Amino acid sequence: MNWSSWSEFFAMGGHAPYVWGSYGVTFLLMAIEVFLLRRRRHAVMRRIRRLVRMQRETNE
Amino acid sequence: MRLFSKDFWFQYASPKTFYPLAGKLIPWFAGAAVILTLVGLYIGFFVAPVDYQQGNSYRVMFIHVPAAWMSMLIYVVMCAYAALGLVLNTRLSDMMAAALAPTGAMFTFVTLWTGALWGRPTWGTYWVWDARLTSELILLFLYLGYMALRSAIDDPRRASRASGLLALVGVINVPIIYFSVQWWNTLHQGASVSLTSAPTMAATMFAAMIVMTFAFWAYAIAVALYRVRLIILERERHARWVVELAEQER
Repeated sequence: MNWSSWSEFFAMGGHAPYVWGSYGVTFLLMAIEVFLLRRRRHAVMRRIRRLVRMQRETNE
Repeated sequence: MRLFSKDFWFQYASPKTFYPLAGKLIPWFAGAAVILTLVGLYIGFFVAPVDYQQGNSYRVMFIHVPAAWMSMLIYVVMCAYAALGLVLNTRLSDMMAAALAPTGAMFTFVTLWTGALWGRPTWGTYWVWDARLTSELILLFLYLGYMALRSAIDDPRRASRASGLLALVGVINVPIIYFSVQWWNTLHQGASVSLTSAPTMAATMFAAMIVMTFAFWAYAIAVALYRVRLIILERERHARWVVELAEQER
C-alpha cells in the first residue's frame, strides 16, 4: 500500500493540484460528453414526433 | 459460408440494420469502460509505487499516455471511415467518421491538458513549442476544423465529401506526432512503450497504463456508437422506421 492515510492520499506528495486537476478534468469532460449525448437524444426524439404531428395535421 | 458473402457485410452498412446492432453493443462497451476504469485507477493509485524521480505527479501518465494514443487512433479510424465513405459512397461510414470526431477532439484536449499539468512540476513549464506538443495541438485544430466544416455546409452529401477530404489530408499529421520525438530535438521524452521492445518502466506502472488504455478504448466505442445512432435518427428522420421508433419511445 502506498498511503498510510487518506489525507496523505489526497495530498499526493505535494502534487495534488496537478494530479487531481488532470483526473478531475478528464472525468468531468467524459461526464459532460455523456450528458450532452443524452440531451441530444431527447431533442432528436422530440423533433421527430413534432414532424409527425405536423404532417398529420396537414393531412387532415 | 455467411461470413464470406458480400451481402452479410453490406447489410450492416445500412443505417437501419446498424441502428439496433449498435444499440445492443453500447451497454457492453459502457460496462467494460466503467469496470476497466475502476481497475485502472486502483492499480494506478494503490498498486503502482511512487516514482523516485518524479514523485506522485507521474500518476498523471496513466491518463495522459492512453489519451494521447486514443487521440491519434481515433483520428486514423475516423480517416479510414471518411475514405470508405468517399470511395464507396456508403452513408454509414461517413456517419461513423462524424460520430468519432468530437470524442477524438475531447481526448486530444485531455492529452494537452494533462501534459501541461504534468509538465509544470516535471519540466518547470506548462507549455513549450516543441514538435510533439505543437503537432498534438494541430491535431486538435484538425478535429475542430473537421467538425466546423461539417456543420457549416447544409447539404449532407457535400458536407461529408468536403470534411472527408479535410480528414484525409490531415492524417499526415499523425505520423508526424508519433515520430516527432525521433525526428526533432524535443523536450518531450521518447516513447517508453513500443511494439518492438520491452517497456522501460515498472510492470505495475505499465499495467495501469494498459488497463486505462482499454478503458478509454471501450469508452470511445460506446460513445461513438451512441452518437452514430443519433446521427442516423437525425438524417433518416423521414424514414418510416425512425418515425415508428420515436412514437414507441413515448
